[in-house]
Amino acid sequence: MKKYLAIFLLLIVGFYLIQAFNLVPFGANRVGNIDDESTVGAYYLKNTVPKTSVANVVTAIVVNYRGFDTLGEVTVLFLATTGLGSILFRKRKHGEEEERVLKESSQLVKIGSRLLFPFIALLGIYVFIHGHLTPGGGFQGGAIIATGFLLMLVAYKNYKLGHGALTWIESLAGITFAGIGIWGLITGGTFLENNAFPGLGNVNDLISGGVIPIIYIAVGFKVAAELTGVLDILLSIKPNKN
Amino acid sequence: MFGDYQNVVTMSVYGSSIALILIGLYGVLIKKHLMKIVIGLSVVDSGVNLMFVAVGYIKGGTAPIFSPSVIDSKPLMVDPVPQALVLTAIVIGFAVTAVALSLVIRLFKHHNTARIDQIKSLKW
Repeated sequence: MKKYLAIFLLLIVGFYLIQAFNLVPFGANRVGNIDDESTVGAYYLKNTVPKTSVANVVTAIVVNYRGFDTLGEVTVLFLATTGLGSILFRKRKHGEEEERVLKESSQLVKIGSRLLFPFIALLGIYVFIHGHLTPGGGFQGGAIIATGFLLMLVAYKNYKLGHGALTWIESLAGITFAGIGIWGLITGGTFLENNAFPGLGNVNDLISGGVIPIIYIAVGFKVAAELTGVLDILLSIKPNKN
Repeated sequence: MFGDYQNVVTMSVYGSSIALILIGLYGVLIKKHLMKIVIGLSVVDSGVNLMFVAVGYIKGGTAPIFSPSVIDSKPLMVDPVPQALVLTAIVIGFAVTAVALSLVIRLFKHHNTARIDQIKSLKW
């Protein structure tokens, strides 16, 4: 009975969603002419290259135009990690070793993941260093590095992560982000001023775009450390009661 | 209606985002296991993200990246704003899922079950 009621409600929701989508034609040009800056998207597409000399417009929006929002987003991620730690906190008994729920994996998986791990980490680092030139950026690169750590955590039952190191990387990256923002304020611009200290450089050079690559590298380290921390916390829960 | 290529693409992209949202909501409403409810929430998340990116798409547009080969020709590019917003939304969705999972684990440890119909203290 409840099931049919829910399906009925969902049908109503779906009907109105379809009605709404009928007003939004797929693939229509809603940005308008780029040169007259009539929409937000057109403004970004026109001004990103001359004003920030960053090739990837999405990166410019995320890190620079909406940089303050990204600082908040990184804070949300930090709070999620901290909240996870405090919700799942369990006082370890004296002499008790940290132990994972997972079973020991086979030799093939172990050797294979140890072989793959450096390349995964390298790909992640590539993605966040080139965030202003190619698709990708700090969040994506950090997530890739965290998948590498996930592989190691799954393959090795007693893979130890330095929690102190993770916390340090996380804090330093956060301080770098906020510090660059405040530095822009000190040098007479706005918070997260783009051309605060390195010059803008040429478009499509590796060192270009002012503070955007530096911030995205910091975000990459921060996201990698936080996601790895979350995975480690979730994998080291004991299945037994209390 | 199905003869037109454009219509088929429209229906598949918009239709799959609507379907994802409805499937996720169904899971949240009907399923009793908390883990399935969390999965339903993330499915809704994916549906909304797909919807955002689909709304920002422009027919024939390329990715909004001025790489060396396109910087002079200035081709038609898709709207970058929804993509930037979705990037934010994915990260927040991850954070929400992680915290929800930790709460589920905590409830499971406390009640020895993760089914909401078996957690007696929720009923009154």
